[in-house]
Amino acid sequence: MSVTFTEDKLKKAQEIILRYPEGRQKSALLPILHLAQEQFGWVSSDTMDYVAGLLSITPIEVYEVATFYTMFHLEPVGKHVIEYCRTGPCCAMGGEEVFSHLKTKLGIKANETTSDGLFTLKEVECLAACGWGPCFQIREKYFMHLTNQKVDDIIEELSK
Amino acid sequence: MANDIKILTEHINIPGIETFEVYRKAGGYNAVEKAIKKMSPEEIVEEVKKSGIRGRGGAGFPMGMKWSFLAKPEGVPRYLVCNADESEPGTFKDHYLMKNLPHLLIEGMIVSSFALGANKSFIYVRGELMYVVRILEKAIEEAKAAGFLGKNILGSGYDLELVVQPGGGAYICGEETALLESLEGKRGNPRNKPPFPAVKGLYQSPTVVNNVESIANTPWVINHGGEEYAKIGIGRSTGTKLISASGHIKNPGVYEITLGLPVDEFMNSDQYLGGIRDGHYLKAVVAGGSSVPILPANLFYKTANGEDRLMSYESLSDGGFPTGTMLGSGGFIAMDETTCIVRNTWNFSRFYHHESCGQCSPCREGTGWMEKVLHRIEHGHGTMSDIDLLVDVAKKIEGNTICPLGDAAAWPVASAIRHFRDEFEWHIKHPNEATKLGAVYMGAEILA
Repeated sequence: MSVTFTEDKLKKAQEIILRYPEGRQKSALLPILHLAQEQFGWVSSDTMDYVAGLLSITPIEVYEVATFYTMFHLEPVGKHVIEYCRTGPCCAMGGEEVFSHLKTKLGIKANETTSDGLFTLKEVECLAACGWGPCFQIREKYFMHLTNQKVDDIIEELSK
Repeated sequence: MANDIKILTEHINIPGIETFEVYRKAGGYNAVEKAIKKMSPEEIVEEVKKSGIRGRGGAGFPMGMKWSFLAKPEGVPRYLVCNADESEPGTFKDHYLMKNLPHLLIEGMIVSSFALGANKSFIYVRGELMYVVRILEKAIEEAKAAGFLGKNILGSGYDLELVVQPGGGAYICGEETALLESLEGKRGNPRNKPPFPAVKGLYQSPTVVNNVESIANTPWVINHGGEEYAKIGIGRSTGTKLISASGHIKNPGVYEITLGLPVDEFMNSDQYLGGIRDGHYLKAVVAGGSSVPILPANLFYKTANGEDRLMSYESLSDGGFPTGTMLGSGGFIAMDETTCIVRNTWNFSRFYHHESCGQCSPCREGTGWMEKVLHRIEHGHGTMSDIDLLVDVAKKIEGNTICPLGDAAAWPVASAIRHFRDEFEWHIKHPNEATKLGAVYMGAEILA
């Protein structure tokens, strides 16, 4: 499968590359991987090769970075990726109980995708929202002060 | 000095303060005018030194001294990098500051970059906060349109470009050399030091890395002078500190406190945390982010010598590791009697194991062992010798790694066993009761 950015994304990628001093275009790698994930939903090895070409670096330089940073999905994911905070302060606010409820509600375990392809559930570490926990994030949006009821409402809204 | 001076958050509740127009009307960017038109870079560094402000990311290293270490070889660019990779569990103050007051950080970045002679500066924001990246980028555009950024700022001939860089979800990138590696498009593996970033940092050029809150203090220092700043606070803990409070308290959130505020007042007055939630009492506190030693309530309120503790670098660390802790990043987590210390320690250990970059064996292997041993104790399969095994592993990680993540992983485990050993023993002796979710050792009784 060949991979290419849309015209908009390509323009954005070129702008990003120009932010760094000459010869330091590799600095654009993380922002461009984010851009790729925005467009494709996940980062495939074809995508990594494409990004390597854009930045004139070797594919291995992209592989080693994409596999180090946990935000990049290296396998296809559902339409909505729920990234649920499992760290101490959220747990103190009932995070574990709400997480159990969420798993039952979706009928999946952590790191699985619902059979309709709508939701992927990922456990993540601290999202820097500890006083507003329990919390999860879907793409760029934070959902905070979660309760079982609130989780139900969010899932139903996103299932429409 | 009054206890309620607000250096950073005075204007935070003004509607629209996130826009350039409103921020400017409230006196914003006056520090840029003053710094660029009336001061030399050396004078600014001098004021920051006089302020006594210490790095707000966790280490507490004097900011002015860090600035004065910056090498200035001819013809080599210098860089300022703002560390906005806030990821230490319990810490969410920079998140709060950036989303509400983006222009305060931009203003601080301009005056600090001018002082250090940097013409391109970076704000490295943790990737999960992409919405904050967009807020900052918008603020930068506004500041540029008003002539405070870009070429020839305010007609002075000084040029500055600000770049906001998203991370990719790695706690280790909060370590300054890992952050620089990441900013160069690599894995976040910390570098060996020396050379320090002040000599060889970003792109092998002299670089200063400062936390968001540290940089956000600089406009006030320029407007009012370093000496005025140093009058606020107590002893070597000058100024104010943002504390992000979570856990079983009535009023979780971010507070700007004057350093030296009595711990009891911070914990229990309605102006601050409002005390522990109704019907419960304080069991333990993690005062400065998950990596600092956990303290039982009695040692949190009073030092081993019976003195009332204050919210300051010195008072919280009084007693050293045996009976004290650290102010750290200001990530304050309060735990009431329903908290299982073993489960919480296992949770933190899992975090550090997950976040270890894998470069140094003691950390890569040791964090995994600690997580596994704590997991088996929490799940009813521990043995008595496991407790000393944990202490031993923690000791062998501490001080034996390139970066402080190893120490950060070791301290919570060592301190939890130091202060709550009986709770670990109870778990091992009573596996059936201990493995129920919500079961907590209460001394003589069990709360299920």
